[in-house]
Amino acid sequence: MMDQRYIEILTNPGTVKLADIPVLQYPEFSAFVDLLMGEEGTHCVSYFVLPKPDTYRFICCMAADENHALLIFSHEQPLEPSLSLQSLTARHFQFHAFEREIHENFGITFREHPWMKPVRYPFDRADQSRIMNNYPFFSIDGEELHEVGVGPVHAGIIEPGHFRFICHGEQVLHLEIQLGYQHRGVEHLFIEKPGILHQSLLAESIAGDTAVGHSMAYAGVVESLAGIVVPPYLSAERVIALELERIAMHIGDTAALCTDIAYQLGQVVNEALRTIVINTTQLWCGNRFGKGLVRPGGSHYPLSGATIAEILKNLKDVEERYVQVTDRIFSLPSALGRFEGTGKLTTMQASLIGAVGMAAKSSGMYRDIRWSHPFSAYAGHRYEPVMLHKGDVWSRAMLRKREVEKSMEVIRELIRTFTSTEIENRKSKIENPIYDLSLAPSSLAISMVEGWRGEICHIAVTGDSGKMIHYKAKDPSFHNWMALALAVRNQEISDFPLCNKSFNLSYCGNDL
Amino acid sequence: MPLKEINIFRRHGSQYVPDLRKVRLPEIFRGKPVIGHYITPAEGHLAMNLCPTGAVGLLPANPDADHGLYTIDLGKCVFCRECEFALPGKIRFTGDYKMATNVRERLVVVSGGDQPAGLDPGKVRKEIRSFFKHALKLRQVSAGGDNSTEMELNAAGNVNFDMGRYGIEFVASPRHADGIVITGPISENMAEALQICYDAIPTPKIIILAGTDAISSGIFSGSPALNRTFLNHHYVDLYVPGNPPHPLTFINGVLDLIGRL
Repeated sequence: MMDQRYIEILTNPGTVKLADIPVLQYPEFSAFVDLLMGEEGTHCVSYFVLPKPDTYRFICCMAADENHALLIFSHEQPLEPSLSLQSLTARHFQFHAFEREIHENFGITFREHPWMKPVRYPFDRADQSRIMNNYPFFSIDGEELHEVGVGPVHAGIIEPGHFRFICHGEQVLHLEIQLGYQHRGVEHLFIEKPGILHQSLLAESIAGDTAVGHSMAYAGVVESLAGIVVPPYLSAERVIALELERIAMHIGDTAALCTDIAYQLGQVVNEALRTIVINTTQLWCGNRFGKGLVRPGGSHYPLSGATIAEILKNLKDVEERYVQVTDRIFSLPSALGRFEGTGKLTTMQASLIGAVGMAAKSSGMYRDIRWSHPFSAYAGHRYEPVMLHKGDVWSRAMLRKREVEKSMEVIRELIRTFTSTEIENRKSKIENPIYDLSLAPSSLAISMVEGWRGEICHIAVTGDSGKMIHYKAKDPSFHNWMALALAVRNQEISDFPLCNKSFNLSYCGNDL
Repeated sequence: MPLKEINIFRRHGSQYVPDLRKVRLPEIFRGKPVIGHYITPAEGHLAMNLCPTGAVGLLPANPDADHGLYTIDLGKCVFCRECEFALPGKIRFTGDYKMATNVRERLVVVSGGDQPAGLDPGKVRKEIRSFFKHALKLRQVSAGGDNSTEMELNAAGNVNFDMGRYGIEFVASPRHADGIVITGPISENMAEALQICYDAIPTPKIIILAGTDAISSGIFSGSPALNRTFLNHHYVDLYVPGNPPHPLTFINGVLDLIGRL
């Protein structure tokens, strides 16, 4: 008999009717969350409030990785500013950011939430008296302790965020990260200016370093709502673009990790290799970050035979040189001395906070959307994630090296599936993007993509007329910022830049 | 030096771009657009309606002409190229990356395409060239930037582009800087920090807006989460369009500004 407590989605992306999402009583809802959290490989993908004229509808999307399924269920509460619910976070810490976000946006209280801190100070937050300057930092009194505040403006050309350390001498006891400086009102703009072209551009600006990842997640949402099935050739092209983005960012991060340990040769060689990869993307679509490459329903930039040849040639060159330089990095005692054992995130911690992507895989958690919820050309591909177990800077650096090699394999494999007639046909018969899609009314669509940082999730909800009424965009960083805060505990503060770079999380992706 | 390092060096070879002023980017690069002479009102309106950021505009017709002139404002353009796809042969984005200028109006490309572009040397503040021609240290502030422009500014100093060869560098402290490079549409939550950082830079100092987000707020235009009042109170010395701007767009713009050949 079918379980009445949830509706299951077995495709990625997938769409369900809002009316088909079961509405549970809150105690039943919490008990069901308890049940799911007791199972291996289950985590919360999204938990958000859909405000309706007369009620708040809380919608929860949980991923069951082993079954390659998404379970969606909900509960409804009256529209009362004094609404107070028993927190899920108290039992399942990975809900902390979702409940904080709901509290910040709507003022709803979660009793016994252990860490009810602001997430991003959105312009339409419920409590306008909370401002950037009065963030409630955790503090410890003690004569031998001191605090170090860094940011929002940092030493390099990076995005703003504030880090508050509590230190005992050189040792970090606690780090708290205040974000929100990059808040641009992205989710609001998705609804305010609902044109598909406008939304595509917004999606690729959520985090410009993940332009392909986020625009693929967005395209998945609207294509699913419009009932469009993308031809296999286009799916393959998107995955090639996504993997090129991953290769470029991982190589760039390898360079940055070398910078932070003052190994200049590693830095310089990897910088040059990243240039080759992003210039390949530029040769394909005219933009080094792949902006404009992914659009719903079609593409302005079909892969030509010449571009394919260029991709293969450059990957070969980059692979040889990347393997050569990383073999050196990972055998240098001075590099290993800084990487090994530094900034450890244990498997237990990663699981507790619901870590995703690189942070999870390098800490021994088998979590990769390409495997668990295959999308686009990954459907039917049987991707096996790269896994490492120590959770230190070394693991996160090594994970990048192995994923670069793996992504190159994926690209080559996809290119091998193209026949020459297909390439010729594609050139003469371009399916243009579609900007006047009509979307299924009163529905919820969810789309997940494994970007280079990890799990990207976009959710769109439509109203009675098929107009989009709610949009949720989630960057993997939303889960993983807590991983960084935990990893630097008991480390020397001088290792913070290295730990930070090893996660390389997105500020704008979190702040939206 | 160990043999392995020598082999890596040998394979790495020479990566720097010898002449940053003369590089040709592939034609597919979305640089400065050209608008043809003959755009019908129907075509013009198609492009205006299509443009997601209102970058396509129409100049009022002068009395002698039978129609007005269509324009693309590079300060608003997000380089999505949709107007070209809709009007092939009428609008074309070229590989020309030299788009930076010191005069806001010069970012507007007019149909016909023979308007003066680039920097107006007569309008560059005198002290800029006397103080900064041989060394310019910049402090970058991301205020709602999406990290693509930030990465391109980093790339401007990397082994390929190496703008450090001209004495142009990004520095950590505003106290060491001669100017500020702003990226992003300037979020409300970053507005105060931006002002504090700017105030900490000793005078004389310059302001550079890098990327369409910074120049006009681009795709985020009209968002209630922005606070762009900083720009009402300060003179902007250089506008660098792009989504994100290519490192060559930035470097060439700065070289023009400080008067280096």
